[in-house]
Amino acid sequence: MFMALLFLVGVAVVLALWLVGQFNVLVQLKNQVQNAWAQIDVQLKRRADLIPNLVNTVKGVMKFEQDTLEKVMNARARALGATTMKERGDAEAELSQGLGRLLAVMENYPELKANQNALQLQEEVTATENKVGFARQFYNDMVMKFNTAQQMFPGNLVAQMFGFKPSEFLAVPEADKAVPTVDLSLS
Amino acid sequence: MADAPQRATFYELQAENRRNSVLLIVGFLALVLFLGLGLDVFFLGWSPGGESGFGIPLATPFALLFGAVHASYSWFAGASQVLSSTGARPADPNDPLERQFENVVEEMAIASGLPKPATYVVPDPDPNAFAVGRDPAHAAIAVTRGLLETLDREELQGVVGHEMSHVRNLDIRAMTLVTALFGAAALLSDVARRGMYHSGGRDRGSSRRSGDGGGMAILFLVWLLVAALAPFVTRLLALAVSRSREYLADVSSAELTRNPLGLAAALRKIGAAHHPTRLITQGSAHLCITDPRGWSVNDREGEGAELFGTHPPLAKRIAILESMAGVVAPPAS
Repeated sequence: MFMALLFLVGVAVVLALWLVGQFNVLVQLKNQVQNAWAQIDVQLKRRADLIPNLVNTVKGVMKFEQDTLEKVMNARARALGATTMKERGDAEAELSQGLGRLLAVMENYPELKANQNALQLQEEVTATENKVGFARQFYNDMVMKFNTAQQMFPGNLVAQMFGFKPSEFLAVPEADKAVPTVDLSLS
Repeated sequence: MADAPQRATFYELQAENRRNSVLLIVGFLALVLFLGLGLDVFFLGWSPGGESGFGIPLATPFALLFGAVHASYSWFAGASQVLSSTGARPADPNDPLERQFENVVEEMAIASGLPKPATYVVPDPDPNAFAVGRDPAHAAIAVTRGLLETLDREELQGVVGHEMSHVRNLDIRAMTLVTALFGAAALLSDVARRGMYHSGGRDRGSSRRSGDGGGMAILFLVWLLVAALAPFVTRLLALAVSRSREYLADVSSAELTRNPLGLAAALRKIGAAHHPTRLITQGSAHLCITDPRGWSVNDREGEGAELFGTHPPLAKRIAILESMAGVVAPPAS
């Protein structure tokens, strides 16, 4: 009788410990997802800070690309002034597209290639673009881990018990999926 | 999703490194105990019964203490020792190439969700790269100046992704441990062998006293053999650990950059550079992205090369990366 009781208590303790462990894993993953999300924001802010510098440096030389430059500046302004997530997402995607085009077109200007300042800015913008991309990639990796942990048995029981909700993946923006077309005719 | 098994592998890799580290430490303690007890029994005239010589084993606790102190010193100072032995200096953010290197390292740190490792440049014209550190928070990635001048941005990203994977998979930690224990084991076995030369007389006396000359002689031979071979075996161990990790770091790099061809192109360029990396010496060879001793080692295939090389053949690594990108069929292994 005593042994049976001891056995039951043992099972209960093990179960409780396991529950605590599972719960903590989920909390940890949730925080990692949130942190990954904040990282994207950090990189987007850095990008917004860099753009005016870049545009000012190249606008004198890139006379035929005023349209591209304007698009970039407009998208930046809209991203900074956005009030909804949707608005912001659209503006940032357009900004990515515009910057990609700008960087590609810069290759066609020998004056810019000789300009140390422009080269440096080009590297910084390229790096920031990459960082935004990798931060998004890492966010999605974390979301996948978090959601998988919530969906797999027996973690799903714990997730339900404590009301964990799956996070949403960041969709690859349409602009990034399309093969970039760069007009090299410059006319 | 195609990523799922790779994620699992990354945790398995870390777990395997943790397991290996525990095994290494246990093996190291056993070796130190064995060497120390041997010194006590054969040279200081100590026997487990305690009826002769000193009442307590002197060499054993000394060896343990010495091994522990030496190994933990290397554990904490190992990374900076390796860096300074290669002449590495911190990357200069005012130099365009080194600024780009710093940016790429930060990109890869973001992609892997780790703190940004310190960035170092080795002033050597031959392209090569390595990562050191005892954990991801104290990691450093070093590249040669030649690497920065040879590779374009995408290729550099592939190489840095490879090094970042060594950081993330805890390979650098395992390597720091191997190096720390290797140094301590080499020194101890050296001390043990010196001890033998200096107290040959007492040795004969003690084995006669123990009254079991034949058995003791065999034990003594085994002990000698272990003392002589310990550094060599540790070295082979380091090589084996390093080799198996290179393919995995290549694959993890592609997972981080989502661009296996960047690293493939980088490996091709590095392989074509042929020259040995002079500043990176034997002791840190297993840390590098390709064997710093030059092309002859990197091109070799077969049993001997696989046992003594720090890296798998370059052609095989390139083929695997290209098969990931769907360029060619995977190589038959």
